[in-house]
Amino acid sequence: MRIAVSTTGDTLAAAIDRRFGRTAGFLVVDLDSGASEYIANSQNLRAAQGAGIQAAQNVAATGAEAVLTGHCGPKAFRVLAAAGIAVYLDAQGTVAEALERFRSGEWEPCEDADVEGHWV
Amino acid sequence: MKRTFAVASGKGGAGKTTVAVGLALALADRGQSVRLLDCDVEEPNCHVQLGVSLTATEPATAPVPEVDTACCDGCGACAQACRFHSLAVVRKQVLVFPQLCHACGACLYACPQGAIREVPRRIGLVRQAEAESITLVDGLLDVGEAMASPLIRQVRQREAGTEVTILDGPPGTSCSLLAATGGADHVLLVAEATPFGLHDLALASEAVRLLGLPVSVVLNRCRGTAADAQAFLAERDLPLAGCLPEDRRVAECAARGGTPYREVPGFGAAMRDLLARLLGEAA
Ligand code: SF4
Ligand code: SF4
Repeated sequence: MRIAVSTTGDTLAAAIDRRFGRTAGFLVVDLDSGASEYIANSQNLRAAQGAGIQAAQNVAATGAEAVLTGHCGPKAFRVLAAAGIAVYLDAQGTVAEALERFRSGEWEPCEDADVEGHWV
Repeated sequence: MKRTFAVASGKGGAGKTTVAVGLALALADRGQSVRLLDCDVEEPNCHVQLGVSLTATEPATAPVPEVDTACCDGCGACAQACRFHSLAVVRKQVLVFPQLCHACGACLYACPQGAIREVPRRIGLVRQAEAESITLVDGLLDVGEAMASPLIRQVRQREAGTEVTILDGPPGTSCSLLAATGGADHVLLVAEATPFGLHDLALASEAVRLLGLPVSVVLNRCRGTAADAQAFLAERDLPLAGCLPEDRRVAECAARGGTPYREVPGFGAAMRDLLARLLGEAA
């Protein structure tokens, strides 16, 4: 299973980026093999609108089945839901910590977007 | 002769609407028929200063793509073509975000299957009212709607063939300013004679000059001769159309829904002077 985590760096020790659409990038981790791949999101950082939509498409293209992030707006959520990707909000700390919490099974995927608007 | 004057400003609150309505009333006082087009579609309030109610209304729409799922193979070309990110394709399924769509038509051309057609989406209202020899048309954007430009274009379709048209533009330097002023014979920029006001004026004048339109400036709330502001204009080669003195009664009158042109002593005369200069200049 592949998991995309919004983060400021390209290692498991990197900090979570709380934004989804305007995150610095995503670390896509394959939980079975442990392999990871970093996707920069720099183009979306400058997008005037629709950053979340584009980021969600990019994540879908990686084959990820879940996203761990801080906040997610309604448009990005709609794309992720259509792609069958579960969204886990309010990630904290480092990528490794977020993955640990995910593995624990005590983190419920959210049913809906948690914020409105532009800068997430 | 048909003439169109656009009144604009780099930011809100500079007195743009008061000047636009004042010029329209000055023309009406000469017995001339005039069209006043309120293109400040997020907050149209020319009708308040004119003291008329807008009765004739019709919905305004913008085209938005609709996908025929029977023809779509999910290739994703449409989403790639859309630089506004208003389309997403995941799992061979197209998602449309109508509120982000700028109606550019790129997706339509990009689709190899011909699966996309445009359908109208309501974005607001175009309203009209008559007051003496003034025909007022305005656009009112629906709440939460961001696409001002298509609505402004629909208001501007009501530009008259023969009379003088006064456009009250949106504040700021966005693409709605360009939609509102493009093609005008003259753009009148209203600016407060303060450092901040002049800063916004510089941005707005650059935007208007990109369109290649003749421009002049009305300095508002001038204290004394506003020598600093005049020097600022001279440096930038911006012709001065007139100076309006600092007079709190004008803003106060506008704020309570009055008509400064009729109610504030001296303001009507200032507008008639300004009009005379504009007509002379554009002749
Ligand atoms: S018309 Fe233009 S802005 Fe609208 S969805 Fe198509 S490509 Fe995007
Ligand atoms: S370009 Fe046409 S065929 Fe391809 S996904 Fe878009 S609508 Fe479907």
